[in-house]
Amino acid sequence: MTISLIVFFLLAAVAVLAALGMLLSRNAVYSALFLILNFITVAIFYLMLNAPFISIAQITVYAGAIMVLFLFVIMLLGAEKLPQNTSIRWQYPAAVVLGVLLALEFGYVLVFQIGGLSTAAALPANFGDPKDIGGLLFNQYLLPFEVTSILLLVAMVGVIVITKGDKTTR
Amino acid sequence: MDWFLILEWVIKAVILLLFLTAGFAYVTLFERKVLARIQVRIGPNRAGPQGVLQPIADAVKLIFKEELSPKDADKVIFMLAPVITVIPALVITAAVPWGRSINLFGREIALGITDLNVAALYILAVTSISVYGITLAGWASNNKYAMMGGLRASAQMISYELGLGLAFVPPILLAGSMSLVDHVETQAAMGIIRWWLYQPLGPIIFLIACIAEVNRAPFDMPEAEQELASGYHVEYSGMKFALFFMAEYIKMICVSMIGATVFFGGYLGPFVDQFPILGPVYLFIKVVGILFWMVWVRATSPRIRYDRLMAFGWKIMLPAALFNLTFTAVLVLLTGA
Repeated sequence: MTISLIVFFLLAAVAVLAALGMLLSRNAVYSALFLILNFITVAIFYLMLNAPFISIAQITVYAGAIMVLFLFVIMLLGAEKLPQNTSIRWQYPAAVVLGVLLALEFGYVLVFQIGGLSTAAALPANFGDPKDIGGLLFNQYLLPFEVTSILLLVAMVGVIVITKGDKTTR
Repeated sequence: MDWFLILEWVIKAVILLLFLTAGFAYVTLFERKVLARIQVRIGPNRAGPQGVLQPIADAVKLIFKEELSPKDADKVIFMLAPVITVIPALVITAAVPWGRSINLFGREIALGITDLNVAALYILAVTSISVYGITLAGWASNNKYAMMGGLRASAQMISYELGLGLAFVPPILLAGSMSLVDHVETQAAMGIIRWWLYQPLGPIIFLIACIAEVNRAPFDMPEAEQELASGYHVEYSGMKFALFFMAEYIKMICVSMIGATVFFGGYLGPFVDQFPILGPVYLFIKVVGILFWMVWVRATSPRIRYDRLMAFGWKIMLPAALFNLTFTAVLVLLTGA
């Protein structure tokens, strides 16, 4: 128990620092790298929670595929260094309002609901088995699964149509 | 926690890492020797008997080389990129079994680091991470040739990952599991010929895609000397260059191990039922066979043009892999394998 607690807090520190680094670094490539670090730490959290499938999916989908494309955009657009004053004027007040709201919600939950958290039930032996996940996805959650896949397909077709451009204006 | 279990894991991990790094040194020698024989030369034969000490001489030379870094390079990422390239290569084979379990000092010891129930996905995840080191090296060098090499490498690896990923699916369908141990045991139960008949294009697609994944000739566009000087590692020297070199050769060993396990029976062979210790030996022989094939391909085929490479990946490999997957799925459904 203690070993996993130590590992948890070390990973949590890495995750928070990586998230801060992503927000604070001026160089977009460094931001992207911090984000990858954050994704990988989250993947290790999933692994600690006995969910290897979600953990590996997290690495493949987020850290692998999306970030590669993200780096591409950064590099090909040449937007490595952000200028000093790029923030839009309404961003600061909006950030303050949203931050205060989040803090209020957090405080409310802490004060009123702290006793309501139930301790985790004992895990079944085959918890996180990819076979069970597949069974759930294709039986119980078939409709949401298929709808999501159609959404992704539409996005993909859209990208191809947009990159091809309008032939008549050329 | 069982301390002996932790000790066992540590020992197995150290054995794997030592095997991969020592393997890297000797695969370079193996490649130079085989290339030399194919080109009717003798190859390195001065350091030690038949040149067996040549890798050590190479290592000493690289260690004493001057470390240069370009003035306008991004220093931190320039330092990190070789490390980021090597780590995925070292961890990817953790899910590959070396053999059935053996009895040692009264303990049942499984040969292999771990039997992950998501092993096939794990391999794909690490593959998708391994693009970063090369792309970052190209970007951080602040050199046009390096940048082009890095971008080409990532585009190529992303394209061929599709074929690679789809080639992994039919074995999963046949074994009904993503664990590589189950894949090998299913091959033992089905027989290797039936295993291939159920996925006729699988091994071919895997072998082609894995050459593209490790960026070797004829798919070594990222390094194409006559166009890009030497691509993403043009600015690297000394040990940093050696790390890229090491990553390439370790990746060769890794894809050979994975290919041997998923498509060529892994640790299976005659008498492996009676003597499980033979498992790693058979795996080693199969790995050397695939490595020889990779060197052979490099020696005999010219580099193909970049647009042809991408067209081949998307217009031939991907449809072929999809066809292969559909074929297997229909067969599994019809025969209830």
